[in-house]
Amino acid sequence: MSQAPRQGEQPPEGRGPADERRGAAALLETYHRLAPVTVPLYALLLALLVGAGVMLIAGANPFEAYGALFAGAFGNPERLVRTLVRSTPYVVAGIAVALAYRAGLFNIGVEGQLLIGGLTGVWVGTMSALAGTPAVLYVPLVLLAGALGGALWAGIPGVLKARTGAHEVIVTIMLNAIALRMVDWVVTSREPKILLDPDASTPRTPDIVPAGQLPDLVPGTAIPVGLLLAVAIAAGAWYLVSRSTLGFQIRTVGTNPSAARYAGMSVPRIIIVSMLISGAVAGIGGIIAVNAGDSAHLTPGLLRNVGFDGIAIALIARGNPLAVIPAALLWGSLLSGAPLMQVQADLSIDLVRVVQASVILFVAGDMIVRTLFRIRPERGAGGSPTPAATGWGAQT
Amino acid sequence: MRWRRGLRPGATRMLEDPPVVEAAPAARRPVVLEARGITKRFPGVVANDGIDFALREGEIHCLLGENGAGKSTLVNVVFGLYEADEGELLVRGEPARFRSSADAIAAGIGMVHQHFQLIPVLTVWENVVLGAELTRGPLLDRAAARERVAELSERYGLAVDPDARTGDLSVGAQQRVELLKALYREADILILDEPTAVLTPQEVDGFFEVVRSLLDRGISIVFITHKLREVLAVADEITVLRGGRVAGAADPATATQASLAGLMVGREVVFGVDKSPASPGEVVLATEGLTVTDERGVAMVRGLDLEVRAGEILGIAGVEGNGQRELVEALTGIRQPLSGRITISGRDMTRATPRRIADAGVGHVPEDRGKDGLVASYPLDDNLVLNGYHRQPFSRRFVMRRGPIREHAERLIADYDVRTPSAAVPAGTLSGGNQQKLVIARELSRDLDLLVVAQPTRGLDVGSIEFIHRQLVAKRDAGVAVLLVSAELDEILNLADRIGVLYRGRFADVVDRTEATRESLGLLMAGARTTEEVA
Amino acid sequence: MAQDTAPPRAEEHEPEVAVDTARGGLTGLSRLEIIGGLYLLVGVALAWLGVGLPADAIALQFGVGEIAPSLDLNPAVSVPVLAGLIAASGLVGILDRRLPRLAVPALVAGTVLVVPLVLIATLSQSGVPQTNVITLLGESLRLATPIALGALAGLFCERAGIINIGIEGMMLAGAGIGFVFYGLVGQAAGGWPLYAAVVVAVATGAMMAALHALMTITFRVDQIVSGVAINLLAIGITSFLRRQVIIPEGLGGGVTLPTIDLPGLSSLPVLGQLFTGRPIFLSMFVIFVLVQVTLFRSAWGLRVRSVGENAHASETLGIDVVKTRYQAVIIGGMLAGLGGAWFSLETVGTFDDVMTNGKGFIALAALIFGKWRPWPAFGGAVLFGFSEAFGARLQLLGAEVAGYPIPAQFLQSLPFVVTIIVLAGAIGRAVPPANVGKPYERSR
Repeated sequence: MSQAPRQGEQPPEGRGPADERRGAAALLETYHRLAPVTVPLYALLLALLVGAGVMLIAGANPFEAYGALFAGAFGNPERLVRTLVRSTPYVVAGIAVALAYRAGLFNIGVEGQLLIGGLTGVWVGTMSALAGTPAVLYVPLVLLAGALGGALWAGIPGVLKARTGAHEVIVTIMLNAIALRMVDWVVTSREPKILLDPDASTPRTPDIVPAGQLPDLVPGTAIPVGLLLAVAIAAGAWYLVSRSTLGFQIRTVGTNPSAARYAGMSVPRIIIVSMLISGAVAGIGGIIAVNAGDSAHLTPGLLRNVGFDGIAIALIARGNPLAVIPAALLWGSLLSGAPLMQVQADLSIDLVRVVQASVILFVAGDMIVRTLFRIRPERGAGGSPTPAATGWGAQT
Repeated sequence: MRWRRGLRPGATRMLEDPPVVEAAPAARRPVVLEARGITKRFPGVVANDGIDFALREGEIHCLLGENGAGKSTLVNVVFGLYEADEGELLVRGEPARFRSSADAIAAGIGMVHQHFQLIPVLTVWENVVLGAELTRGPLLDRAAARERVAELSERYGLAVDPDARTGDLSVGAQQRVELLKALYREADILILDEPTAVLTPQEVDGFFEVVRSLLDRGISIVFITHKLREVLAVADEITVLRGGRVAGAADPATATQASLAGLMVGREVVFGVDKSPASPGEVVLATEGLTVTDERGVAMVRGLDLEVRAGEILGIAGVEGNGQRELVEALTGIRQPLSGRITISGRDMTRATPRRIADAGVGHVPEDRGKDGLVASYPLDDNLVLNGYHRQPFSRRFVMRRGPIREHAERLIADYDVRTPSAAVPAGTLSGGNQQKLVIARELSRDLDLLVVAQPTRGLDVGSIEFIHRQLVAKRDAGVAVLLVSAELDEILNLADRIGVLYRGRFADVVDRTEATRESLGLLMAGARTTEEVA
Repeated sequence: MAQDTAPPRAEEHEPEVAVDTARGGLTGLSRLEIIGGLYLLVGVALAWLGVGLPADAIALQFGVGEIAPSLDLNPAVSVPVLAGLIAASGLVGILDRRLPRLAVPALVAGTVLVVPLVLIATLSQSGVPQTNVITLLGESLRLATPIALGALAGLFCERAGIINIGIEGMMLAGAGIGFVFYGLVGQAAGGWPLYAAVVVAVATGAMMAALHALMTITFRVDQIVSGVAINLLAIGITSFLRRQVIIPEGLGGGVTLPTIDLPGLSSLPVLGQLFTGRPIFLSMFVIFVLVQVTLFRSAWGLRVRSVGENAHASETLGIDVVKTRYQAVIIGGMLAGLGGAWFSLETVGTFDDVMTNGKGFIALAALIFGKWRPWPAFGGAVLFGFSEAFGARLQLLGAEVAGYPIPAQFLQSLPFVVTIIVLAGAIGRAVPPANVGKPYERSR
């Protein structure tokens, strides 16, 4: 860090031992100040080590495996684009969870909201009554439908929490299970036929009509406008939370609902609104996922686990919508690089799940990371939300 | 006014001035507990700095000091909840190292905390034996436990039903349970932390009778209080702490309230605020037959009628738990009343939301500033617009405007003497006094017709208390109607123009300040009515 | 001086105001009145529909075989009668102001009557005119096993003050790792490897719980976050094991723990069918008794509860809060592991992806339904088990609505819907341990 002054020499320009100490102290201070960035990075490092451990137990070479992982995700331009596309739904899902999290709510139901949003979008997008609508109108209409569907599915736990205190964790998990089955039925049911595409070889809905599909960002390439949409949503969410009056209310309810109430904010209303917004974002994420790749239809297994991963990503990003983007990229790259790892290192792709779970644990357990790497614990209350009900208590 | 044990059994009443009977000084009794050079540091503050303290057998040693002086820290060290950084403890001459309260209990030390450490859902006997259970095989021996509790109750005059659910008991009864807990563990050194804070003056008498019987049995007591009156009445020895150090010892025979207060604060203390008489105007706040229930559905405010006029301070006195909390919650819109009416400036606000009430010109300084008044992790400027962010100039069309918010904050911080490095620090880093000044600043800087203040100076240092009292009187003089709820009788007597004593959800009486005395208020607080009236 | 013993505070003057009859915000009607109105409408509608059912007799059997007692009913009569009773219960609900204490029991009774009504209506339209009611009960109990064990796991954790939404993950891990152990050690039919595998499952649950405890108690991670992480970790590990070990090695032959007949009890005429079962199912009853005694009659149980209600107060009495919480959480994990073993080692004989299928979360709902007490939580578990068993029975009988068979997915969703309804209804009045969810910091 700092050098001791050489023997017998006058310290240059009055830099004595005291200054050295001050310099060292300033450096240390910076080290501590960078914590919001370094802690997640260290957490990632630790998680990768855990993954390496599991790989060794399974008899594989960690370097080979991680190398294949990296190559699979970023090896060439096509793979890079694929990783970006793969990450996009995770960005949106992560933002959805993050928004609710700022209000102190755990929206585990993003999984179901994605599905219902995708379903309503497909429904509107294949409606015969809307057949001739031009794309300029149709695309926003489809997105709106998706947003409304997701918002509805999230509004249920929101209202239940606000009015009865039913904990949103369990209600949303139940709604996920119900959504999964409902969508499965709607998509596969033959009698009565609801949204099944009779001509398709596998059970799925028909494609959204071309006028309703999300266009490509740069025509001809595989980069969809969904990417831009996701970034725009991230920016919008950040602005909402940090700069708007609604965001102020949301954050206050999430940090100290009692003070929020005394300050005149309507806690039940904010809970419901937060869930609605979160669900709407998730619904749009469903539409984006449906439009991924060359097709624009919904299959029962399409959105598997995107919601749950969204939760993990939001936790890693500490609820900050902008930080969701790099976290989602991490996730997307792990998943998109995994098949290559499976081929080259003969490891099941489920291994990345172990890495992912470890990342969550280490980020959430940031005390562990801080202790290991000797970073000072956060002072004050840190500013991260405390859940609206630590415990199962009913909201008044 | 001096209290002597064992000499005049009847002379324990605090409400009289018994003649002082000089008896021969007691032989120097052995020291049972000694602290030498106790130092305890927390991040950013030295709570105890080289404290020496000695307790003699069978005596009451009062530990005096204002909030934050280090009294609670010292006794927590003695009781094993904290470990001292430096210094040593000696119990009966033997050095002692307590790693947890289990060690302290084993050494014969018991503690009754200021905030009771009871489990409300458990019964009395379960609370008493917890941690030192009587068992038969692997199971609890319920019969033996109940018997033991009954036996101890009888012996020390602490009547309580062993099978009662502790949460349902009155405050006085709960305190008896706390004492039983310590006695069950055969404590002969008792630490009592602000035990009379929750009692009426009459209950305090009964409490000291129990204390006397404990002392007669050779139990030694460390008595923490900030009530100078009591100290002078009961102490055998007095130690005053200030800023973490021993400011001095006082001789109970010669000390006065003024001399003690001087030691506590380090300068001359003026009791009371200079106040010109009130000139009340229109009725601003009125309630008719107000009935409010708490979470469990029990009616805590029962058919209350009150009136507060512009330019006067109505003080609500009473022991906590008589409906004050629910009354304030109903008046500020936090809780819906069951029945009755609330009128503010002539408009019916019975079922209004907090937002609407605030917009009607009502300011509210809540009882629990940390939980209800501020968001600890928010910077000061956000806290100062917590209930005003939606108004111009702090926001425009749903977007917050940081510039005006910051200016507003800087102005208020200067005007209300909030000690802070900047307006951007989290509110949680401020001291208690400065946090309260922040809340006061936020509320009093608005255009108000009515100000509702609950326990405004709880836990604060003398300087902050003086400042806040001056601010409240200034608002009154400016024509605001002030409703002051306080459990500190002195505060009420200092500030209020009229005093309403709340007892079991109704006013036992409403008196003019000029007609009120401690004694008469104390009687009302305990439920004795001065005028016969049908409920 | 006043020597109060146990006076409630405002006892003599105002009557207590129950929360239920509090007037609601939007409509000015109380919750009971709205539900009552709904029941009345539904009851009348069902009665009107029920008259049109085919009048061929159906039979509700209470046993197997010819000698089993059975109840023959005429659907066109019994359905309207039941529907009428439901409507009546709705009426009582509407009149809750006049008949305050009857409203809730009446509505509960009305809800219960829906079950036989639906059963009879289904039978009347299906090709099979009889069904065994006792097996329905037996199935409910059996299916309740993982939920009940999960609820107990949650009970220990929450009573000590730690929220545990990772019960699902602990169960899943127990199911998966226990099964892998069995598969690798020996596929002998029954015998010790299976029982040893159960022990491994229990130990796995304990280890996952230890991790949760480490996170939440020592590192003070948010308890919900830790639970979510545990769930993800369990999914990851078990899916990984499935793909890397179970499938390649071809483990899993459907071998499960054997059925045991309890001597004496299993030969009872009608109820005897309930007393034969597999080990984990049978042990559930014993465990509940043990838990009730341990938590409420032993010294350790008292400490666990006190730590969950007020950790600081417990500390002032010399109780080691950290140690007690660790103990409670790990015991909870063991129970969850046992619940997991039920899936792979007792019921199916193999391990499927995420085979716990949400039961761990339903267990939490059962716990809340039971207000954090063992036997009421057991009742909740049976309720959820019943909704699953009932759904399966309806599917078997080919229940139809408007000519279309009720989709399997609807019936499968039944337990989840019931969970939501229970949560929304129960929690207003259920009080969790006071300290639950708050991290504990030792005074230093």
